[in-house]
Amino acid sequence: MRRFEYHRADTLEQASRLLTDLGEDTFVFNGGTDLLVEIRERLRRVRNVVDIKQIPGLSDIIYDETRGLTFGALVTVGRLERLALVRQRYPNLYAAFASLGSIQVRNRATVAGNVCRASPSADTIPPLIADGAFIHIYSRTNRRVVPLAEFFTGPGKTVLAKGEIVTGITVPPAGDNSGKAYLKHGRRKAMELSTVGVAVSLTMEGGLCDDIRITLGAVGATVLRAPQAEAMLRGTSLDAATVKNAANKAMEECTPISNVRASADYRRDMVGVLTGRAIKQALEAFA
Amino acid sequence: MKRIVELTINGEPRDMVVDSCRSLLDALRDDLGLTGTKKGCDVGDCGACTVIVDGEPVNACLMLAVEAEGRSVETIEGLQPGVDVLHPLQDAFMRYGASQCGFCTPGILMMAKKLLDDNPRPTDEDIRFGLSGNICRCTGYTKIFDAIKAAAIEMEAARS
Repeated sequence: MRRFEYHRADTLEQASRLLTDLGEDTFVFNGGTDLLVEIRERLRRVRNVVDIKQIPGLSDIIYDETRGLTFGALVTVGRLERLALVRQRYPNLYAAFASLGSIQVRNRATVAGNVCRASPSADTIPPLIADGAFIHIYSRTNRRVVPLAEFFTGPGKTVLAKGEIVTGITVPPAGDNSGKAYLKHGRRKAMELSTVGVAVSLTMEGGLCDDIRITLGAVGATVLRAPQAEAMLRGTSLDAATVKNAANKAMEECTPISNVRASADYRRDMVGVLTGRAIKQALEAFA
Repeated sequence: MKRIVELTINGEPRDMVVDSCRSLLDALRDDLGLTGTKKGCDVGDCGACTVIVDGEPVNACLMLAVEAEGRSVETIEGLQPGVDVLHPLQDAFMRYGASQCGFCTPGILMMAKKLLDDNPRPTDEDIRFGLSGNICRCTGYTKIFDAIKAAAIEMEAARS
């Protein structure tokens, strides 16, 4: 493995100082399942890693009916995947967690790490944005909370400034009138990066769609919303014809590229198929 | 920079001096001589290096040795309960021909052990899901699944 220096931080302040003081090519080292691969395959130039796993207070999972689900930056994908609360209240997050890497990877990988890596194909991002999640950010001068939808600025790029560290994520409560789904499309069931991922989170009132968020993964520079498709669906009963039209609109709203996993045309087609299917699956919560 | 790492391996306290960018996998194999854990892809895709750390299966290639400080690591060398005594999974793997070239076997056995510890009566789907992070290029998996099912039944019978 290409050589790098390993630093272990005991506090957020110390980690933040190391990140600013050690200069370029210094990265937060959390689960490490992506960073170590990038170092080994020479995909990223890394001189220093700052291990944040000994910092206290970043490993909690809390749920309350008003704030929702909050988990710290060190919480692994596997821990959340095994939580009954996640399986019951957030089937969209469960689907994303259970399809990320392998069991072994999920026992190390963190959701915060998957989010901060900011891959357009990251599995956890579409359902988190569709649920209206927030991300908690530490810096030595101020702490801020950012809607996850405003966190990404490009592939691998976020609003994080030098020395800022993500401390956790909050997902709003899952109400009884909500339906959620995440569908991942790949060539195989396990150990797969998503070719297209579509998440839908919606709420129903008196048989009509009160609100809906559709998010599209791996079909743009960041995970995208489909605002025009959403607008076509709000206030309707989500009948088959309206859903079909909205799914077609989502195909227009995405901006896929062709790469080793699929062509742009195929991805666009799959956005149409999966959007319709995800809405249908989200509605099964009311069946 | 080198660091001293104190950890427990297969129940025994061990100290090692490792370079801080060394993977747990390389430290196990090259520094401690525990070569039962295999290096397949070295990027977390194949599962051949699966070990159990504090009760959870992980890829030893995706963990630094320094991260194992204070932790308990179980490797294939610790699976058999005694000298000349095999774990029921190892025994079933031999009887069912679940190992051909054998390179994936240590990782699969560790994963299967964890699966049966958590879930003594797994369905076929549970076994497939549990082993989805382990690649075998020889067997086509059928005999591996058969061996795990047989071991599960035998372990259940031994308990009752």
